[in-house]
Amino acid sequence: MATLTIALMDPPYESETTTTAFRIIDAALRKGHRVNVFAYEGAVNITMAEQAPHPNPVKGTDVDEEDHPTTKDWAERLFRISEGRLDWINCGLCVDERGAGNWIEGPRRGGPGDFVAWVRESDQVLVIPTKRP
Amino acid sequence: MKVLSIVESAYRATVEEQDDTIVWLNAMFADAGLDVDLLLRSQAVNYLVRGQDASSLAIGGEPLGNPPRLDEDVAALIARGSSVYFVSEDAAELGVSTDRMIDAVRPVTRSELPRLFAEYDQVWHW
Repeated sequence: MATLTIALMDPPYESETTTTAFRIIDAALRKGHRVNVFAYEGAVNITMAEQAPHPNPVKGTDVDEEDHPTTKDWAERLFRISEGRLDWINCGLCVDERGAGNWIEGPRRGGPGDFVAWVRESDQVLVIPTKRP
Repeated sequence: MKVLSIVESAYRATVEEQDDTIVWLNAMFADAGLDVDLLLRSQAVNYLVRGQDASSLAIGGEPLGNPPRLDEDVAALIARGSSVYFVSEDAAELGVSTDRMIDAVRPVTRSELPRLFAEYDQVWHW
């Protein structure tokens, strides 16, 4: 079993990077590895508990027909399949600035020092960059 | 463990956060005991220009009380013991001359980057 630490900065729905990260986390967990996620800046919004799906008036679909999971739903699923091998820290200062303290069960509050500690014990570290084409 | 952090996306969140979030984060890493250096490339090389002043910013009459001072923030990172590199071609293309830069920064050419990366255990491109 290897340990992977991932740093995320993008808020949900802003780019494809969150989806990419979710796919990497999912694959690593399914292969039996341990994953640490450091959510910094807007990424603390990924796990906000009050996210809610909506109907799609363009397609004429209701909420059930739309069947569109929010990012917190995916995060919940990742915690569920992880069997304790997923650790997720939301940067506390980022949380406070964004009023993003109400999150799902699983993530915990932390800071840059926690990321450094994870880096020291990880086999690989992946920073998802902020560059936009 | 020796880490090189690369900052390329410049002036992100400098109004809301009053810092460059990644320069700030790496200062926190250094304080946490990580041996971390910084490489500025693309528009982020402008962080090295002395005397940047965003103090006049006000929104709806509300001034930004503590505007970003990125040149000072990078200098403080150097004072903490980190090395700060910049890509010399990027600075030249943007017209940022070295005589306008803060002290003790190190130019590196694009062709020298692989050699620089090889000096580090990990390279993080933020």
